[in-house]
Amino acid sequence: MTTLQPPAAAEPRPAPPPARRDRRSWTGWGFIGPFVAVFALVFLAPIAYSIYLSLFRDQLIGGTTFVGVDNYTQALKDDQFWAALGRVSLFLAVQVPIMLGIALLVALVLDSGRLYGKSFFRITIFLPYAVPAVVATLMWGFMYGTKYGLVGDINEAFGVSLPDPLSPDLVLASIGNIVTWEFVGYNMLIFYSALRVIPHSLYEAAEIDGAGQIRVITAIKLPAIRGALVIATIFSIIGSFQLFNEPNILRPLARNAITTDYTPNYYTYSLSFNGQQHNYSATVAIIMGVITMVIAYVVQLRGMRKGA
Amino acid sequence: MRRKTSRLLRGIALLSTLALGATACGGSDDGSDQKAVSASDIQAALKKGGSVTVWAWEPTLKTVAADFEKKYPKVKINLVSERSGDKHYTALSNAISAEKGVPDVAQVEYFAVSQYSLTKGLTDLAPYGADKLASKYTPGPWNAVSEGKAVYGLPMDSGPMALFYNKTVFDKYKVAVPTTWDEYVDAARKLHKADPKVYIANDAGDAGFTTSMLWQAGSRPYKVDGTTVKIDFSDAGAKKYTDTWQKLIDEKLLAPINGWTDDWYKGLGDGTIATLATGAWMPANFVTGVPGAKGDWRAAPMPAWTKGDKASAENGGSSLALPALGKNKELAYAFVEYANSGAGVQTRVKQGAFPATTAELQSTEFQSTKFDYFGGQEANKIFADSAANVADDWSYLPFQQYANSIFNDTVGKAYVSGTKLADGLKAWQDASVKYGEEQGFTVEK
Repeated sequence: MTTLQPPAAAEPRPAPPPARRDRRSWTGWGFIGPFVAVFALVFLAPIAYSIYLSLFRDQLIGGTTFVGVDNYTQALKDDQFWAALGRVSLFLAVQVPIMLGIALLVALVLDSGRLYGKSFFRITIFLPYAVPAVVATLMWGFMYGTKYGLVGDINEAFGVSLPDPLSPDLVLASIGNIVTWEFVGYNMLIFYSALRVIPHSLYEAAEIDGAGQIRVITAIKLPAIRGALVIATIFSIIGSFQLFNEPNILRPLARNAITTDYTPNYYTYSLSFNGQQHNYSATVAIIMGVITMVIAYVVQLRGMRKGA
Repeated sequence: MRRKTSRLLRGIALLSTLALGATACGGSDDGSDQKAVSASDIQAALKKGGSVTVWAWEPTLKTVAADFEKKYPKVKINLVSERSGDKHYTALSNAISAEKGVPDVAQVEYFAVSQYSLTKGLTDLAPYGADKLASKYTPGPWNAVSEGKAVYGLPMDSGPMALFYNKTVFDKYKVAVPTTWDEYVDAARKLHKADPKVYIANDAGDAGFTTSMLWQAGSRPYKVDGTTVKIDFSDAGAKKYTDTWQKLIDEKLLAPINGWTDDWYKGLGDGTIATLATGAWMPANFVTGVPGAKGDWRAAPMPAWTKGDKASAENGGSSLALPALGKNKELAYAFVEYANSGAGVQTRVKQGAFPATTAELQSTEFQSTKFDYFGGQEANKIFADSAANVADDWSYLPFQQYANSIFNDTVGKAYVSGTKLADGLKAWQDASVKYGEEQGFTVEK
């Protein structure tokens, strides 16, 4: 170390190392800069603005006032909000297992290699996902019609009287049916592609050990696609909590069954667009976002821990 | 490096919060200049020219705007007519609260006028000379746009109610056209019994219809005095309505079809829906929406609550108003005056609009117009008679738009479950009271 003394110590150097370090750090920023800018603009800024909005209250009489966390305390005591959350939770508890179950079953059947016309089935089951949600809901809304729709036609043709799918008791199930129809194919594809990457040598080994199909599924296939199952579950949880399109589009056909506070998202929409309560709407949206995040995170933690 | 990144991100987040905060904090002052504007000021503005942006979905305004531009070549009218109803009000409210992109003229339905005038969103037109036009209009619409001495818009059309009925259906089953609401219930039973596919009317819960029915029945659920409101659906008039309508609901005599849907047009066309009690602006919609049933339908006076009573009510109708934040007010007023009080009225009536001006309503030409769609009936006589008999003292809430949006959440229950209509109205009342209080109104119990 000591032998490496600079020969001309008298001459002061214009400090090149700091300059070089600066340049290096700016190069890094150059790469992530565009991302950070877009991320800040489309993600952080709206969240920050929502939080900002949620601290105020705008009244028709009295204008805008700063209210601190009043909106939050109000939302936590808001029956309409909790009822909406309860509704999507029920939806989550019933519809998501059904949808993922069907998707998994179809994926396993396709993967088993015992099906003729595999690619035909794969594409037809996936096809509904390619139909925009709005179009799908309009189409189903028409079929649900008891006057001039498919249900009405069936009633007439067979002289039966099917229950109205758009009545208050059944409309949530009807929405679940639409969502299942839309997303079975999508989830099936996630599972199917996860199944395809399992090495075939494992199956051969299992066969040599005398394992049947069921045993192969439970001991090899399911554990191997656990990651995909967790991801699909998280997507479905988020999707359920954000339920909006289907009730929104069905509402003109079933105004009395689908209320303006039907789902948390629809509630925030109504608060904002019908009631001009943008501040309170932002509050409900933030609370809902936090709840969704917490639940999705818990599911992820649990799912991954089992995997470890 | 990692620490630096998070610090930078935090900085960006903070900065964006501050920046957004600054823009959102813009103060608002109501630009109320109460100086009188003389006719010569308006003439001078018309000579000088300029442009006026109009947000209105009324279809007949297109011709009126063209005529106006021809008459005053230097004035350009930008008619924006894509949005209607809720979407229109959402856009208007957003523009007003953003103080940006506010139109110079906006169509405002009668039920929504007080909502905007109360928050100083509309220009008082009295200084422009609108107060002198009171006698030109029928009382219902004029009451809706005026408040004391202030005038917040000029009535564009009106909707005195009438009973449209499918004569073919009534003749086929030899049922008399009802003249009272009791007869109406009887007719409903007879028709539905004769053919289970036929319903006297469609009603799946419609706020505008229900409030108009309450109006005709003599109920006055809303009392508004500035920022003090009272909401009460338990008066005698409301009881009359709920008692009668409950029968129709309980006996399943109403087709559960929402208005303005495909099913509705089909039902009006194929005899499923036998009557329709609505505003006098309906004929044009029959012609375009239900062309197949031409000749089947006729108009009749609204059934009465007690035999011989001629009291009627309004359903729908709108005015043209000048948002307070709009520009070119002289030109904007000149256009509104032309369209709703001047030569524009005739143009619009010729295209099927139903006027709010007494001169047009009383003219023989108007009254003797034969409607081909109604088998040559001179239906305007019935409508004009209804307009003259609109019961007074009705007022809407200063937040009627919101109240109407939650109608089906509350009253709607009565149509699909065991909830009684009267209880549904009570729930609607409670929800409206809650919103009123949240919005800073004094709500009297």
